Amino acid sequence: MGLSRRPDAALAQLSSGGDPWVTTRLDFVVNWARANSLWPMPFGTACCAIEFMATAASRFDLARFGMERQSFSPRQADVLICAGRVPFKLAPVLRRIWQQMPQPKWCISMGSCASSGNGIFDNYAVVQGIDTIIPVDVYVPGCPPRPEGLLYGIMLLQKKVMNERAADKSLRNEMEPDPRSQLYIPPPVIDEISEPFGNSVHQTRSGL
Amino acid sequence: MATKRTLEVELSTTGMDAQGRPQRVPLVVDDGGSPVALEAPPAIEPDLAGEHMLINIGPQHPATHGVLRLVLELDGETVVRCIPHIGYLHCGFEKSGEYRQYNQIIPYTDREDYLNSPGNNVAFALGAERLFGIEITERCKVLRVILCELSRIISHLVWLGTTCIDIGAFTPFLWSFEQREKVYVLFEKWIGARLTTTFTRVGGLGADIPDGWTDDLKSFLTAFPKVVDEIDRVVTKNGIWVGRTIGLGVMTAEEAINHGLSGPMVRASGVAYDVRKDFPYLDYETYDFDVPVGTNGDVYDRYLVRMEELRQSVRILEQASARLPEGPINVKDHRVILPPKSKATSDMESMIHHFKQVMEGPRPPLGEVYVPVESPKGEKGYYMVSDGTSKPVRWRIRPPAFVNLSAIPKMVEGHLLSDVIAINASIDIVMGEIDR
Amino acid sequence: MSTSFTPVVAGSALPADAPAAATPKSISHRGGSPNPTAAALQARFPNSVRSVTVVWGETTVIVDRGQLLETVRWLHDDPSQRYDFLADVTAVEFRDLEQPIEVVWHLRSLPYRRFLRLKVLLEKGTPLEVASVWSVYKSADWLERECYDMFGIRFTGHPDLRRLLMWEQYKEGYPLRKDFPLRGRFSRSEQLRQALAANPEARYSKEELTIAQAFEDLPDDMRRRLSAGEKTGE
Repeated sequence: MGLSRRPDAALAQLSSGGDPWVTTRLDFVVNWARANSLWPMPFGTACCAIEFMATAASRFDLARFGMERQSFSPRQADVLICAGRVPFKLAPVLRRIWQQMPQPKWCISMGSCASSGNGIFDNYAVVQGIDTIIPVDVYVPGCPPRPEGLLYGIMLLQKKVMNERAADKSLRNEMEPDPRSQLYIPPPVIDEISEPFGNSVHQTRSGL
Repeated sequence: MATKRTLEVELSTTGMDAQGRPQRVPLVVDDGGSPVALEAPPAIEPDLAGEHMLINIGPQHPATHGVLRLVLELDGETVVRCIPHIGYLHCGFEKSGEYRQYNQIIPYTDREDYLNSPGNNVAFALGAERLFGIEITERCKVLRVILCELSRIISHLVWLGTTCIDIGAFTPFLWSFEQREKVYVLFEKWIGARLTTTFTRVGGLGADIPDGWTDDLKSFLTAFPKVVDEIDRVVTKNGIWVGRTIGLGVMTAEEAINHGLSGPMVRASGVAYDVRKDFPYLDYETYDFDVPVGTNGDVYDRYLVRMEELRQSVRILEQASARLPEGPINVKDHRVILPPKSKATSDMESMIHHFKQVMEGPRPPLGEVYVPVESPKGEKGYYMVSDGTSKPVRWRIRPPAFVNLSAIPKMVEGHLLSDVIAINASIDIVMGEIDR
Repeated sequence: MSTSFTPVVAGSALPADAPAAATPKSISHRGGSPNPTAAALQARFPNSVRSVTVVWGETTVIVDRGQLLETVRWLHDDPSQRYDFLADVTAVEFRDLEQPIEVVWHLRSLPYRRFLRLKVLLEKGTPLEVASVWSVYKSADWLERECYDMFGIRFTGHPDLRRLLMWEQYKEGYPLRKDFPLRGRFSRSEQLRQALAANPEARYSKEELTIAQAFEDLPDDMRRRLSAGEKTGE
C-alpha cells in the first residue's frame, strides 16, 4: 500500500544474527540517559497548559523525572508536549516548531483536544487531533488530564524510549508530507473511502 | 472603597534609589573628585539611528501567557509601535453553542476562560436563568458566591505566579500553585473536577456540598491569608519588582473607560467600577467587602489591586460560609431541572419531563439577555438570544480580556522591550477567552 | 504620605437619594419600565428610532442605520446621558433567513448606572454595512473587527478593518453566518492542507515589512504576490 517499512522489519534482521553484547549495553545506557532527562517543550495552548503547570509545580513535581528544565526553545528540547486545543491557524506554527526540534525527539499529545479534537470542538476551526500534523508517541486522554494522568503518560514514554534500539534507523526518520508521495490521499478519494460512515464535512451526521 | 497606594515606598533592599534602580556610581572623576559626564562618541552612521527593527514575539513564547503574537517595531530597544495578532486559539465556541442545549453549553463556558471555570459557569447560569425567568434558591445563591470567589482566588493566583516568573521571581509561582492545589482539593471534594468544573445547571447546581466541606473551607481561609502576606513581604517592596513595574503601561481613567477596560485594569486607573457593586447579582450588595482602586494606572497598581482583591475575596468567603442557609439547591421547576430518577421511572409526568429535557432540552421564552458578572479579568457577560427553541440563536461571550488586550498598542508605546513583557503580564490575558 | 485623589466612581451622576444598586428580583418578561434614555432618544431623534422594547428588564432601542453614528455620539457626549462605556459590539442572525441581521451595541453609563442595548437591522439583500463607532469609543476597534470576521459586516470608518480571529486568507467564508456549516465548507483534509500551506514565517503584512525594510529580502514570488495587493498577514 505504499506505507513505510515497519520498524520490526529492521529488528528482525538484527535479532536473527544475534545482538552483540556491547550494542545492547550501549543501547541501555543511551536510552536510560535519554529517558531520564527528557527536556519538554511545553506547547501549551489552553486549559491543559494549566494542568501541565500544576504538574510542574511543587505538588506533582516534574523535576523528579528530569523534566524540570522546560525549554521553550524547540532547538533544545526532546519532547514536545502539546497541551491544549490546536486550531487551524496554529497548525503551521506547531508543524514548524516540530521541524525545528532536533532528533531524537518524541511527542506527547496531552488532553483530548490535542489527541482527537475533543467531541465538543468538532467544528470549522479546530484540528481534529495533532497526529494529522506531527507524529505522536503517547496520547494522554482527559479534559484536562489529571497530573497523575500526565505523569503516567510520561512514564509510558520513558518505557518506549527504553525499548529503542540505536541500530534501528527507521526510528529517527522524518518525512515531509509530499503531495506526490503515496501517503497523500486527495479529498475526493477520502470522501469515497469514508462513504459508509461519512466524514466531518457531511453535515447531516447526528442531526447537527 | 479603600485606596491602596502610598507614594513613598520603603524599600527592603539597599543600594537602590526610590525608583528601584541601582544607585549609580560615577566611573570617571576629575581631580577634585566630582564626577565627570562622559560625552557620547560622535555618530559615525547616522542612518543606523533611523532604522527601525521588526521583532516578532510569539505565537509560541513562554511569556505571552498563551498563543498571542506581538509584532513590535523597535527603535533600538524602545517600542515605537505594537501590532498584536490573535486568533491562534479560536475554536468556534460561539458557533458550537448554537448547536447545543443550554445545559450542554456549560462545558464550553469552562474552557474559554479556563482559569475562572466555576465563575464562568455561574455567569452563564445567571444569564440563562434570567432568560428562562427562574429565581434560584437562597442556598444556591450563597454557594454560587462561594464558587465565584474561590475561582477569583485561583485566577489571581495564576496571574500572580506567572507574572512573577515573567518579571524574574520564580518562587512565588510555586507558592501560588501550591495554594491552587488546596483549592483544587476543595473543588474535587464538592464538584469532582479540578479545573474544568462544568458545575452549574440552569436552575441550580450539579450537587450539594458534602458534609464537612465548610470546615475544610474555613481551614483553607485561615491559612491562605498568611501565604498572601508572605508573597506580599517578598514582592511588594522589592526593589527589582518596584523598579520593573512602576510607571509602566499607564492608562488614565478616561482612556481606560473609553478603551472598554474593566476589572482590575480599570480599577488601577482610578475608576471605581466593579460589577458586583454597581450592577449587583447574587445579593452581593448584602456582603461587606471593599473594592481596591489604584491611583496611577501602571503595572504596579494593577498588582496591588489584585493582591488586595485576594484578601477581599477571603472576606466574602468567610461571610458566605457563615450565612449558608439550609434548603434545596435546585428550583422545583421540572421543566428545567431533572426530576429525581426514582420518580422519573415510576411517575408518568416525571418521565415525560425527563424525556423532554434530555431529548430536546429546556426551552426558554422568546427574548434576549445580557447579565454581566465581575470575573477576575473584568466585566464578563453572556448575551443570549432565544427564539423559543432549546438551542440559542446566538450565544455571545463578552470577553473582558479581549477588550483589555486591545489597549496594548497604546500601553506599550514608548516603553522598552522588557517592559512589554511586564505590561502584557499585567493585563492578565487568557487566550481561551480572547480567541474563543 | 499619600496624596488625596478622587476616584471616578460609578453612579456619581445619580442624586444622593437614589436607591442603592441591588440585585434585581422578580423581573417580568415584558413590560418593565424602560431606561429613561429611550424616551430621550425618541425626543432627540424622532425619525430614527424605530422601536423600544423592554425584555427581562433590559431596554432595547432599534434605530435606523443612517443616523447611527450621530446617535451614539450624542449618547456619549450629552451630559444627561453620558454613556461612556461600550461593553460590546456584536451581531445576531436568525435561523429564519428572511429576518434581517441585527447589529447590537451594548452601552453602559457609569455615572448614571444605566445599561442600554442599541440595535440596527440590516435587511438581507442590502449591503451589510454600518457606521463604525471607533471615533467615539476606542474599544470598538477589535470588537468591530471581530464582528466583520465572523459575519462579514463592514464598519465604514474603521481605521483597520481586517480579519482578527481567522487568518486573512481564510477562504471558507464568515463562520457565524447561519448558512455556514458547523464544520466548515471544506473537508477536513482540505482545511488541513490549506492551513499547513501557510508559511508561518511569511506572515508579515506589507506594512510590517516596510518597517523592517525587509521587502527586498523576500523571495521573488512573495514580492510579486504582495505587490499585486495580496494580503499575506493576518
